[in-house]
Amino acid sequence: MSLQQAACRRQQAFPRRAIFIGSVLLLLASACGGSASERQVVVSAASSLTDAFADIGQAFEAANPGVDILLNMAGSSLLREQILGGAPVDVFASANPPVMQTVIDAGLATGSTAFAGNRLQIGVPGDNPADVAGIEDFADETLLIGLCAEVVPCGALARDILLEAGIEPAIDTSEPDVRSLLTKLEAGELDAGIVYVTDVIASEEVIGIEIPDALDPVTEYLIAVVAEAPNPTGAEDFVAFVLSAEGQQILAAHGFTPP
Amino acid sequence: MIRRRRNPVGVVILAAIGLAFFALPLVGLLTRAPWSDLPDLLTSDIVLDALRLSLIASLMATALSALLGVPLALMLARAEFPGRSVLRGLVLLPLVLPPVVAGTALLFTLGRRGVIGEPLNEATGLVLPFSIWGVVIAATLVAMPFLVITVESAVRNLDPKFEGAATTLGAGRWEVLRRVTLPMIGPSLAAGLLLTWARAFGEFGATITFAGNLQGRTQTLPLAVFVALEQDRDTAIAISLVMVAISLGVLVLLRDRWWKTR
Repeated sequence: MSLQQAACRRQQAFPRRAIFIGSVLLLLASACGGSASERQVVVSAASSLTDAFADIGQAFEAANPGVDILLNMAGSSLLREQILGGAPVDVFASANPPVMQTVIDAGLATGSTAFAGNRLQIGVPGDNPADVAGIEDFADETLLIGLCAEVVPCGALARDILLEAGIEPAIDTSEPDVRSLLTKLEAGELDAGIVYVTDVIASEEVIGIEIPDALDPVTEYLIAVVAEAPNPTGAEDFVAFVLSAEGQQILAAHGFTPP
Repeated sequence: MIRRRRNPVGVVILAAIGLAFFALPLVGLLTRAPWSDLPDLLTSDIVLDALRLSLIASLMATALSALLGVPLALMLARAEFPGRSVLRGLVLLPLVLPPVVAGTALLFTLGRRGVIGEPLNEATGLVLPFSIWGVVIAATLVAMPFLVITVESAVRNLDPKFEGAATTLGAGRWEVLRRVTLPMIGPSLAAGLLLTWARAFGEFGATITFAGNLQGRTQTLPLAVFVALEQDRDTAIAISLVMVAISLGVLVLLRDRWWKTR
């Protein structure tokens, strides 16, 4: 039997209208399914919270059977753009106050709560191939240097620190979020980058070098229920859980400081 | 007079929905476009740097694909060897693989610490990531399969009698390839090159993963859109419009020449 004959046979076996009717039904069905939003909470959280929020999400699901936490991890600024663009998000956790403020200014959140603190550190591959000793080495043209992009909190803060230290960095890449920067450090493709202490803790291959307190390398994380949250009750519950003793304990275990 | 065959109503309706699926995002982009600021936005350093880099890198990727992809397609179509279907699967893998995965794989292979990258770096001092070569390699990896499948199927469908005749008339293998095979698959080759270029021009995931993101060095138009989206939406939309215009322009201009539409 040739391919054409086979195709014809299949066409006969398939009632002509079935495909059409089937697709219309599918469209209708997807428009009607509203109850799902009651059972899931969509959480947009800064990339640096990846591991901590995975644990918090699991603990929340264990404490609230039948509720699904959907984590949407990316750079805070990309998450903000998604929310400003009308993404159906319930909770937003930002890695710095200015990004959260723009969401509040846009009327998409009424207020926010600080829930954790973090600190930037210089991250280098485990064997420190370029013998990076401190922030001064970021001016060295011969090194492969990476920072987070200026729009993401870790990139903005890193540039503030370098400016404060009077160092013009010889950047080779501006990564879209802290985790992609961390990956390139882990792979040994970059000699140094500026990441969070929590990333250094999370990574087995990257080691951290302190940035002096005088350069103020600290940041504050804020969390808010999004104004147009499809599941406001679930969102409130999740925020309360993050602020609870159990949530704070998980954050501390990942190296975050209390707010 | 031949009456044209009419499509069933259901097909027409679904086709209309399908068309809207392609057209509506464009409409969305156009309604948000900052028309009055467009000239300023499009002549900013970020956009011009990215445009230059995108054009150079995508053309280089297309050239590299032609150099390596056409021989590969000929081998896949003609040569008999065990494991050919596995090999074909391997070549087509980047079509289905998320580009970020392709980029990660490149990083672990051709990166400074990679299987090939490390000896290459030690021998020549060359570092592929964070350079335009990284951009070209990433784009080639994800775009070349389009050329290979197009050319391979064209070679398969070729009537062997022309090449046979040329051989009978005393032409060597190279001459047959150059003067009979390649001219006969010309339209498919051109279409394949066009698809390859278009894919390379729009490449994002593998590029940002393997080559990084630095204005003027590795930041192509898609990367510039991604970064600008979070900072300056007008610039992001302006760059998107440039990409749409260039891509659409090329596809439409070359349609009559290469996509034979009756």
